[in-house]
Amino acid sequence: MIYEVFRQERKGQAFQHAGAFDAPDGAFAEAYAREFYGRRGESAALWVVPREAIASINEFADELERNYHRVDGYSLKEKLKEARERAHAAKNAIR
Amino acid sequence: MVDLTNRAKLLLEIADDELILGWRNSEWTGIAPFLEEDVAFSSIAQNEIGHARALYELAARDLDTTADELAFDRQPEEYRSAPLVEIRFVPDWARTIARHYLYESADAVRVAALKESDDTEVAGLMAKIDREETYHRMHADMWIERLRDDPKVREALVQLWPYALGLLDKDLRPRLLERVRLELPEAEPIERGSHLEEWKALWDEMTMVRRSVTGATW
Repeated sequence: MIYEVFRQERKGQAFQHAGAFDAPDGAFAEAYAREFYGRRGESAALWVVPREAIASINEFADELERNYHRVDGYSLKEKLKEARERAHAAKNAIR
Repeated sequence: MVDLTNRAKLLLEIADDELILGWRNSEWTGIAPFLEEDVAFSSIAQNEIGHARALYELAARDLDTTADELAFDRQPEEYRSAPLVEIRFVPDWARTIARHYLYESADAVRVAALKESDDTEVAGLMAKIDREETYHRMHADMWIERLRDDPKVREALVQLWPYALGLLDKDLRPRLLERVRLELPEAEPIERGSHLEEWKALWDEMTMVRRSVTGATW
């Protein structure tokens, strides 16, 4: 069975994916996780999860191009440029 | 070699066991049955050698020498290792696992006894070592749990049982029997004090680099 391991580098930090390996059961997986991701003192904690226990989502419907949901729907660069131009124009108008 | 005190004798027995077993187990590095086990078993082997170093360092203080000199500069017959750790098993994984289990079980008995020692230095070092050995025991236990009914492993356990008994002092042997919970025939222990034929070849390999330039600092 494939196990996925998540590693926390320091207490309080978020867990990050460390890697995966094959192990015959949970006990072996725990032992291997220690050896793979803990033996150098590089981890404060580990999560060892059977891959099949993970709900994986990789399709996201967006048929009508709802760009108002997305960060790329709003170009900050464009808006900033416009704002700068307005400010510049306003300043010139006062002079 | 100078006359050994009882404490130095004891420390050298354990250190030699750990060094030689670590060396034997490391013979699996790169060729263990599967990758994950290769990493785990090699790491355990390294830990055993680490324990040997700590024990040699303590003995070296008593004997006014260094850990390296104790580990590598003695003659093969001066080592105090038990025959159990000297046997070469590669490429026989069944017997390797049987030895791993019997050694860790016997070592658990020995470490538990020495943690209670009146000698606080010995007791303290044993407590430290025990914290790592806990994981070695877990590893050995789960392997034997899976393979105990395999005929090859079963045969190896019976064959190695007299060697495992010989690793311990007489008064500790009943505790090993209690601990292993396997049906094993009564056996005449193979005592520490003599060495196996294959030990000499391992000693040659183990000390080769150090002997190549006498007195060099590594």
